[in-house]
Amino acid sequence: MTAFVVRRILVNIVVFILIGIGVFLLVRAAPGDPVRMMIPPADLQEGSEAFIESRRAELGLDDPVLVQYGRWFLDAVTGDLGSSFISRAPVSELLIERLGPTVLLMSTALAISLLIAIPLGIVAAVRRNTGVDYAAAALSLGVISVPSFFLGIVAIYIFSLQLGWLPSAGMSSPGDGTGGDILRHLIMPAAILGLASAGPLTRYVRGSLIDELSADYVRTAEAKGAAPGRVVARHALRNSLIPLITIVMINIPQMLAGAVVLEQVFAWPGMGQLAVRAVSQQDYPVIVGFALYVAALVLICNLLADIAYAVVDPRVKVT
Amino acid sequence: MSDLRPSLDTPEVAAAEEVVAAETTGTAPRSRRRSPAAMAVRRFRRNKIAVFGAVVLLLIVLLAVFAPLIAQQSPTAVDLGEIRQPPSSEHWLGTDASGRDVFARVVYAARVSLLVGIVAALLAVLFGTIVGAVAGLFGGWLDTVLMRTADMMLSFPPIVIIIVLAGILGPSIPILILSIAVTTWPTTARLVRGVTLAVREREYLHAARVAGASRGWLLRKHIVPAAMGQIVVVGTIAVAGAILSEAVLSFLGLGVQPPQASWGNMLNDAQSLTVIQSMPWLWLPPGLAIAATVLSVNFVGDGLRDAVDPRQSGRS
Repeated sequence: MTAFVVRRILVNIVVFILIGIGVFLLVRAAPGDPVRMMIPPADLQEGSEAFIESRRAELGLDDPVLVQYGRWFLDAVTGDLGSSFISRAPVSELLIERLGPTVLLMSTALAISLLIAIPLGIVAAVRRNTGVDYAAAALSLGVISVPSFFLGIVAIYIFSLQLGWLPSAGMSSPGDGTGGDILRHLIMPAAILGLASAGPLTRYVRGSLIDELSADYVRTAEAKGAAPGRVVARHALRNSLIPLITIVMINIPQMLAGAVVLEQVFAWPGMGQLAVRAVSQQDYPVIVGFALYVAALVLICNLLADIAYAVVDPRVKVT
Repeated sequence: MSDLRPSLDTPEVAAAEEVVAAETTGTAPRSRRRSPAAMAVRRFRRNKIAVFGAVVLLLIVLLAVFAPLIAQQSPTAVDLGEIRQPPSSEHWLGTDASGRDVFARVVYAARVSLLVGIVAALLAVLFGTIVGAVAGLFGGWLDTVLMRTADMMLSFPPIVIIIVLAGILGPSIPILILSIAVTTWPTTARLVRGVTLAVREREYLHAARVAGASRGWLLRKHIVPAAMGQIVVVGTIAVAGAILSEAVLSFLGLGVQPPQASWGNMLNDAQSLTVIQSMPWLWLPPGLAIAATVLSVNFVGDGLRDAVDPRQSGRS
């Protein structure tokens, strides 16, 4: 078990380094000169060529690519991701202050999606091929087909503008910031994000429970006279939910993508909003920092999924 | 499966079943054979939701192809005297912030969305098929490296990869298509690898190999045809995903750039509360267009999956 975990961690570190090289090379291949990019076009005058050359040398941009990569990588692992071209603030600070809101949004959405997916999946599996089952299937297909940002705009139209129940943007009202106020801002983006991930999760819970319900031990339980509800709740459901931990872990990165988009719609001050703004301003250090954060998140989730799979289900043999 | 029920077309069904039996046992098929593709088409046509999706999709394709005939006005002609006009007999869906006709923009945007969706999915399926077949046929370390890469790509959220790619390389339609394809190929690769491994040890493949067939021949004449049905299913679902990705990226301002119209970048204009509140003609039509297109492609995809392989049906 320990050997398994250690090996998985080492593999993930290697993959992370490879991703780092990829992102670094991508930025190097991007059109435009980084030094020129840092100087507003209005300040570019004659005679500034000499200054640009000296800045290039100062920043080490004249060194071989490999040397530059080594330096960048050493800085990156010590938490120094450079400074934003635009605001000059350190990238790691920018990202960390945005991390909280994104985590809050994603964890609430995850809770909502599980609250929808588990009961709905169970009902769909138990009442297979009935109206409930077809409705669940239609819902799953619907939420993966309608773009979440459009749902967000519709929700703002209905709940903020027509009914006036919920605020349409931001994380708190000016001069307020109590838990209740944040909660009111959180409801719409979290509900839409949760709904979007509930679709695949419902399908998963349904399929997994159907598999378990056809297992021999379920027939045994039924044969010895256990009540149908008890067979589902105490026997089949427990086993069918074991792999759900893995599925949830794999789903978290996909949820992040949804959060990036919804943060834009609801002006939620998270990492996604920061990243989208950085992209439109060609703020490379921030884009790179965001990419590395996402890569780390994905790899950690994968690792936890692997470990959870082996730890929670003793039937899984780890080699 | 309803095929097993006795019905008016029993002789045909029986013939079809004989072909299936012949294929699995290796005996020669009868003359009155029905190909697997024809059987899939029959099953597809019995699926009402899938047929409905196909009809809606066909209408949208016709809309895109005959855009100049359907929309009488130009999608890019600016008229600053007529900005943000509500729907009228002249402008069926009103005009946008630059006085452009919204109906014409919605119609022309269908071209962009379908183009990006179909080309990106085709590229992804082509690349994925080659990678999957190579991994399956060659095996060994090449297989390990290719499939590890595919797994890695699958675990990353496509939208985030595309945002980073489009952000660094600059937004344009070719970059958009390429980055969607880059994030979509692993599904096809995994599928084709699976089929390749299953087919590799079959007698007819041994026979072909003994007869001196090259790997390229095996790929073209045996593996791709064996995987074709499932490739079409994965490809269709990839089209739906690619259309959604295009919409999201253009909405964020990283995809199709104005003045060219795309459903996603039309919704980008709807980020102000005044527009959402008082000008629903600016955001409701493109949003509904995306939903209708993606939903019908998904209906077709689900129908094709059930038609190609009834045993793998989502309804069990």
